[in-house]
Amino acid sequence: MSAVTLKNIVKRFGTFTAVHRTTLEIPEAAFVTLLGPSGCGKTTNLRMIAGLLDPTEGEILINGKRVNDVPIHKRNLGLVFQNYALFPHKTVAENVAFGLKYRDVSKAQIAGKVRDALDLVQLPHVGERYPKELSGGQQQRIALARAIVIEPDVLLLDEPLSALDANLREDMRVELKRIQERIGVTTVFVTHDQSEALAMSDLIVVMSEGRVEQVGRPEEVYNTPASEFVANFLGASNILAAECVEHGKAVVLDEATFGRVAVPAARAPNLTGTGKAKLVVRAEKLLLARDPAPEGVISVPAIVGTVDYQGQAVRYFVRAGEAQLQAINMIDERPFAAGEAVHLHLRPQDCAALPG
Amino acid sequence: MSVEAREARQPWILLSPALAAVLLLLLIPLMFIVVYSFWLRSAMGADQVGFYLDNWQKALSDRFYRDILLNTLKIAAITTVICALMGYPAAYFIARSKGNKMILLLLLMLPFWISYIIRTMSWINILGTSGALNTLLLYAGVISSPVQMLYNEATVILGLVHFLLPFMVLNVYVSLEGIDTNLEDAANSLGATRWEAFTQVTLPLSLPGLAAGGLLCFVLGAGTYITPVILGGPRDAMFANLVFEAIITQLNWPLGSALSLLLLIVLGLLVAIYNRYLGMAQLAKGLG
Repeated sequence: MSAVTLKNIVKRFGTFTAVHRTTLEIPEAAFVTLLGPSGCGKTTNLRMIAGLLDPTEGEILINGKRVNDVPIHKRNLGLVFQNYALFPHKTVAENVAFGLKYRDVSKAQIAGKVRDALDLVQLPHVGERYPKELSGGQQQRIALARAIVIEPDVLLLDEPLSALDANLREDMRVELKRIQERIGVTTVFVTHDQSEALAMSDLIVVMSEGRVEQVGRPEEVYNTPASEFVANFLGASNILAAECVEHGKAVVLDEATFGRVAVPAARAPNLTGTGKAKLVVRAEKLLLARDPAPEGVISVPAIVGTVDYQGQAVRYFVRAGEAQLQAINMIDERPFAAGEAVHLHLRPQDCAALPG
Repeated sequence: MSVEAREARQPWILLSPALAAVLLLLLIPLMFIVVYSFWLRSAMGADQVGFYLDNWQKALSDRFYRDILLNTLKIAAITTVICALMGYPAAYFIARSKGNKMILLLLLMLPFWISYIIRTMSWINILGTSGALNTLLLYAGVISSPVQMLYNEATVILGLVHFLLPFMVLNVYVSLEGIDTNLEDAANSLGATRWEAFTQVTLPLSLPGLAAGGLLCFVLGAGTYITPVILGGPRDAMFANLVFEAIITQLNWPLGSALSLLLLIVLGLLVAIYNRYLGMAQLAKGLG
């Protein structure tokens, strides 16, 4: 049974439709990420699950029960905000104990549960302090402790990491995932950061302009994007107009730069037959090399244009015939310089295909 | 001159016009009042210069003055409580409303464009024997002859509430605006009803604003002179009226000085207590 189900949900604000008819199943104990750019409706969905917004149409089910008319304080959800939203006039311990006061928990049990929650987030000694005495990362851990101490049916995280600086964000990412796996709570995570989504999720829901573009495991949405939007939003992709010339066990696309490319059928699930198609070449899969490729790997000569040095990796903009392509390569020895003649290597099995 | 010295001087240069005004128009006259309060009024004309404690003794021991001082503080306290009870919900409504916030704040400021005296006198047209309310009640047959509603303590308080309410609303509004609305959502998600979230989170966080508004209402209310003159009866004199009486009617500057200093000290103590526990910063926030 799904922990959370959205059935034909529509949300309108006046004449603006924030969420178009959306149906979504969030499995028990899974870490599900709603991923998309700002304004894609991911936060609106989260707020509807939380009960902070009412859907215009459709039904929301939590553990199989319809909750449209259940007010937020009776939904038993843990909510973590981007800006932490800790109560500034209460100590850390009082913050964590807040939700327990409204549950059937004795005073002695509250103290024990607060202690356990603070241990879980690895901040056992800050109970007597006030939130403003803690760093941003510590405050976010306390916000998490406050949300999970009530043993919620679903944990809802609204961009909880985006207010933290880069290093801390990566630490918290690991930490958050560890805690989620430890307590096994169904988690809905909202983010616009694709690397967070790929690193943490069991399931990613890619959204755009109020619609669900694709639902899948991280490697599915990454390797087999269902739309141009997904291909571009998760990592960088070269999307090239092509012609599907064979559609059977193998799917063969004919493209101007790379010629005939045999894409694995599993990587072209939405392509129904021959005719116009699009070839998706991930920037990370397009390799620059000094020499032509061995047998079985497509090789195309190209000229390096702009070089965008990023430390351990480098992003190249290259020209191959008529096409402008981008490639992201790990740096081996030294990066290629602008103007150098190179060979582009592409393994057909790394490509995906979309309907034209 | 070094850069540091110049930078250190800059705030004082900018402050100096205001400081000069405060010094010349407030502190120096106040010093005169302090000196006057130790002089002695003589029946012959010229006041006796010297250091006499007679005025202070009279101001502090005369039951008449003490009763009026206590009554003044009582009226100010009642006014403050009413302003808080009426002002808080209004401020909450404005702070939580979307879109038309600016219009609501403008409406709140609107009364300040009309003289306080005219606003106070408008109550005569409403509550007077030939005022709007009496006319309405007569017309409706509720009463057979006009009722005297004006010139009592209740109308003084009414006038003061009318005058002071915007100060309360503005102060509470400012502190409510500073509270993250996610806090109430967080409280709700943890199981608190809207009322519990309000009493547990929003209300305690807005108390500094409520206290600042309360202090302003109390101090302005206790120092009021016009309202009891226009809306009060003969027995509703407040302390500022006694000062006026002593100085203007009886030409007893020494006694009037002592009385006005007494009120200043009482209200000053109150401000000092407020400052001790909440600090002046909150008040500045509410006024800005």
